[in-house]
This record gives sequence, C-alpha cells and structure tokens, in this order.
Amino acid sequence: MQGARPIRVLIAKPGLDGHDRGAKVIARALRDAGMEVIYTGLRQTPEQIVEAAIQEDVDVIGLSILSGAHNVLFPRIMELLREKGVDDILVIGGGVIPHEDISFLKQCGIAEIFTPGTPLSQIIDFIKNNVRI
Amino acid sequence: MFDKESLKKLEQEKARWESTTVEKAIKKFPERYEKFYTGSNLEVDRLYTPLDIQNIDYMKDLGFPGEYPFTRGIQPTMYRGRLWTMRQYAGFGTAEESNKRYKFLLSQGQTGLSVAFDLPTQIGYDSDHPLAQGEVGKVGVAIDSLQDMEILFDGIPLDKVSTSMTINAPAAILLAMYIAVAEKQGVSPDKLSGTIQNDILKEYVARGTYIFPPEPSMRLITDIFEFCSKHVPKWNTISISGYHIREAGATAVQEVAFTLANGIAYVEAAIKAGLDVDEFAPRLSFFFNAHNDLFEEVAKFRAARRLWARIMKERFKAKDPRSMMLRFHTQTAGSTLTAQQPDNNIIRVTIQALAAVLGGTQSLHTNSKDEALALPTEESVRIALRTQQIIAYESGVTETIDPLAGSYYVEYLTKQIEEKAMEYIQKIDELGGAPKAIEKGYIQQEIQDSAYKYQQEIESGRRIVVGVNMFQVEEEPPKNLLKVDPEVEKIQRQKLNNLKATRDNIAVKNALDELSKKAASNENLMPAIINCVKAYATLGEICDTLRRVFGEYKATVTF
Repeated sequence: MQGARPIRVLIAKPGLDGHDRGAKVIARALRDAGMEVIYTGLRQTPEQIVEAAIQEDVDVIGLSILSGAHNVLFPRIMELLREKGVDDILVIGGGVIPHEDISFLKQCGIAEIFTPGTPLSQIIDFIKNNVRI
Repeated sequence: MFDKESLKKLEQEKARWESTTVEKAIKKFPERYEKFYTGSNLEVDRLYTPLDIQNIDYMKDLGFPGEYPFTRGIQPTMYRGRLWTMRQYAGFGTAEESNKRYKFLLSQGQTGLSVAFDLPTQIGYDSDHPLAQGEVGKVGVAIDSLQDMEILFDGIPLDKVSTSMTINAPAAILLAMYIAVAEKQGVSPDKLSGTIQNDILKEYVARGTYIFPPEPSMRLITDIFEFCSKHVPKWNTISISGYHIREAGATAVQEVAFTLANGIAYVEAAIKAGLDVDEFAPRLSFFFNAHNDLFEEVAKFRAARRLWARIMKERFKAKDPRSMMLRFHTQTAGSTLTAQQPDNNIIRVTIQALAAVLGGTQSLHTNSKDEALALPTEESVRIALRTQQIIAYESGVTETIDPLAGSYYVEYLTKQIEEKAMEYIQKIDELGGAPKAIEKGYIQQEIQDSAYKYQQEIESGRRIVVGVNMFQVEEEPPKNLLKVDPEVEKIQRQKLNNLKATRDNIAVKNALDELSKKAASNENLMPAIINCVKAYATLGEICDTLRRVFGEYKATVTF
C-alpha cells in the first residue's frame, strides 16, 4: 500500500548501450505520477546502481537495457542487493528483452519485465500495487 | 509560379467550395478530428492548392537535379542512372560469424556492407575489460585488434565493395585497421570507398557511445578529414547523423535542424584547423531516419538538401558544387517497430523505405520485422532486403526524378520544414553553436520534450499504433529469435591472450608511446594510429593511451 511519503524510484541504465529514450520517458511519467525519481545516466555498473539505490534510499529500482546483456547484469544486481541486505527494494526491468529470458529474470528476483509497447499507466499501477513502503 | 489574377480567382473559388460543398458534407459527416497533424505535429490543412506555394520560385527553390540547391536530387539522372546502394547494417558475435553474414548478404544482391560493432568496441574497451561483461558480440561484432578485422573481411575484396562502419569515438582506429587490412589484400588507400560515422556530437546528444571530451574528439575528426583528403580521397569521412536524434524522440524538423547544426560545427572546426572548405566538404555525408509519415518524410529529405546547399554556399562560401550536395544514407525508423504482431513491421518498413526513395536517398537500410525483439534472423533480413528490391524493380517510383515535386502539399511541407529548421539553427547559433547548445543541455531537453509528448499521445489514443493501442490480439510469444552465443566472450578473451603472447610487445609499446606523444602535440594522429594497429596493439590499449592524454567525457543527466 502507498504510504504518506512519495514513492522513491531509481531509474538505472546498466550495461553500455546509450538508448535512454525509454528510461527518460518513464522517469518523467513516474515523476508526473507523484513519485520522486532519480535517473543514473548511462553505463552504470551493477555496483554503482546498488550503491545509488542505498544512498538515495529508494523503494523501487527500474532497470532499462537494450543491449542484450540483461541475463548477466540483472542477476548480478539482485545478488548485490541481497548481499547488502536491501532486497526489499522492488526491482522491475524493461527494454529489448526476449520473452524466453523473462522467467529466468523473474526467478532471479526481478518482479516484472515490461517489454516495448507497455502503457505507462500499467507500469505506474504495478509500482503502486507492489511497492513495500 | 502562378499569375496574380488566377491566384485571386482560385482564392475566391476555394472560399466558395468551403462554404458550400464542404460545409454541406461536414454537416452530414463531421471530420474525424477538429485538427489534423503530421507525424511530427505540423498542422495539416484539408486541401493544398497553388495558394499555399505561391511564394515558391521554381528556379531559386527547386532548380534541376544535380544542380544547386539540389532540392530535386544530387545526381542529374538519379535512379535512372544507378539505384541507391542497398546496405543492411549487420554484425554480431565473432568476426568469423559476421564475415559469414556479409557473404550471405552479398550473395543475396546487397551492394554494400555496413558493419555493426559491439558496444565494448564502440566505447574503446577490449573484450576482457570488466565493463564488457555480457556485452561482447551482442549488438555487433567484437573487434579487439587488427587480427579480428582481417577475419571480418576475409575473402571480401575491399577494392570492390564499399563499407560503412558505424563507429564514432574510436573511428580513427577502425579506419586505420581497414586501411591496414586493405594493404594486406594489395589494395591501396586511394582505392577504398566507404564511410565511417565519426559523428561525436550526436553521441553526446542521443546515442551515448562517447569516450573523450568534445575538444580532443573534434580534433580526431578534423585529423581524419585532413588525412583522408590526402590519402583516402573516396572515403566519406563522416556521416552526420540525424537518425539517432530522431530515434531519441526528435520531430522531423528537429532531426533536420540538430543534424545540420552539428554539420555546421564540424565545418567550422575543420576551417579553424586550417583546412579549405572545398578540400573536405565534398566528403561529408549524412544519415537520416525514415519515419512513418510518408509525405512529411519526403519533404524532410528535400528540405534538408536545400538547406544544406544554402548553408554551404552562403555561410561557408563553398565554391565546389560537391561541397553543397547533401548526400545521405537512410535507415527506416527502429523506434516505430512493435514487439506486438511483428509481421506488421514489414508494412511499416515498406512505407518508410518508400519515403526514403521518393526523398532521393543514396543508400538505404531497411529494418527487419523482429528487431523490437532481438537481432534479426537471416530470414527476416532477407525480407527486409527484398522490400528494397521490390521498391527498386517493381514499384516504378524510380523511373522519373523526384516524382512528388510539384505536389502542393509536399512543396508546402518542404518549405515549412526548411523554415522551422532554420529557426532552430538560428537559436543554436545564438547559444554559441551546437557544442555549446549540447553542453547547456538545450538540444537534449528539446528532444526529450518531443519524446515525452509522443508517448503521451500514444497513451491518450490520439496517436494510433496498430497492434499496440488499437487492433490488439492475444499472441503466442515469438519463436526462432536470433541468439548470440555467450561463448563469444570466452573466444574473444582467448584470442586476446594468444595475441598478447605472440605479438612483438616491444613494438607495441613503442607505437603506443609514440601515439601518446603525438596526442599531446598538434600533429595529425592518423599515421601514429596506423602504426599502432599494424603492430597489433589492441583497440583498448590504443583508447587507453588516448584516455590518459585526453581524459573522458562526463555527461550531464537530465530527464
């Protein structure tokens, strides 16, 4: 359920790809929906993303990747979150991610993968309904 | 083009038509919307007539193909002489696999190569760099050293094909490798034709594969201009790219404006470096997007040609007509592809490709239907190539030059886009030119605003995307997607280890030291880079050497 303070979200770009149109559009949509949003910028390592999530005390991490490196980088991020004891953060992902990879990513602890064409409202609702705050 | 009397008569007749015939029809069947817009939100009237183009002067604004201001095309005979180059962007995995794909494409009638590099290569990291983890061979081929490049072009005669390489920050290094491979084939640099993208400004704005700060990056670019004008005269030294700016969300007008503003910055940098405009400008080339709105896109290409010709002649006082010709490659718009009902993408690509051809493109890449899901399979690439071939050989649009010229609508739009783009260019001039406007985040913010607006229009349903927010169906997850073998990373690491164990490491060190010295001086860097690649220094080693002298670019983040 939604608490008194706004939901805090980190939008992060792991990997080396420079496509952040989607990340930026989503960051802005979440902000317009009343959330507090931080965007990391490009080329973030899993370590940098987890560090930023802890520093900024976020409730949600949104990972965006279009390079195909998701099967390596997403699990690494989840592992680091567990190591740091902050695995109560809701983690969602999006980008060019083949359907057949989604169940593996969910097993690793990613709550949901949003593929191209997902309405922004669906992502906003998912966050509101699943965030632990 | 029309005499005053007949225009006056036309105006009266149009008013009469609106108040009688149209009025009656609208009462019975209202129009679908109160206002209509192009794909990039320029307002569209119900009907265009000579009234809308009365300010156009045929000789001044349109002219003839192959002549200033090149609105109707850069060649005198256009596709009646030679069709555009069909050039599919390809590359993945190892050099061996990509070499196979290139040979397949050439065997299917493709007429030029276009190399996609993986992200570590584009950002100047070897495959064994920690940041390369998971990225090796994913979005393109992994190139760590000249050795990989020799394999990539094995059995492909470099004096016979033209090769376009999508490489920016390390463009000088990949060009050096290409020259070295050609030399081993017995082909001298003056016989080589092709393109390096080499457009760093749009990397800062939209594409993200930058390494060095703007100043040394611009120096590398002008070093390439100078070197190629002397030694590789048929090479396109830069492909000034609107494609990625459009993909990031820009409108058609913004695509033209920001691309040409970047072009102006490169010309200014080269002139400042002491080059004569007519020495390098004929080798500048451009790269645009072909989006969904057919007429707007055709108008965009025509407007870009006219505007660039005027800029080169009036602003830079170019004298050689080739300096004024905007030659361009086109790729259909990746961002319009949908993951839903992927077969629909074939039709989108057809319309977009048609716009590129009606707009007079010099070469074309058509996207494959499965690219919102993964890298394309061989089958889907073949359909994409066949789409171009059907337009070329069956549609008939190639048989006369610039066939949409004279359409009241297309001429009106061409003028609109030219004027609105010019307004942006003036604004960017006021900010101190493209590099300054980028530093201030102005261009990025304009693009982001358009991208957000576009998405909101989809959300509200005012912009319809078939299969996404209308006409949806329940679908099975797609099958048979191309998967890059995760072993690639291991193979590349192994190759690197072998290379470092067998090459002359003292020669490598000397070549890198020499490069470091040259980088700190004002001398042209190309000869030193060619020495490094010939000694089999790796891409990462060469980039690290330059990083130590130049530093690295840090982006400012906004959304």
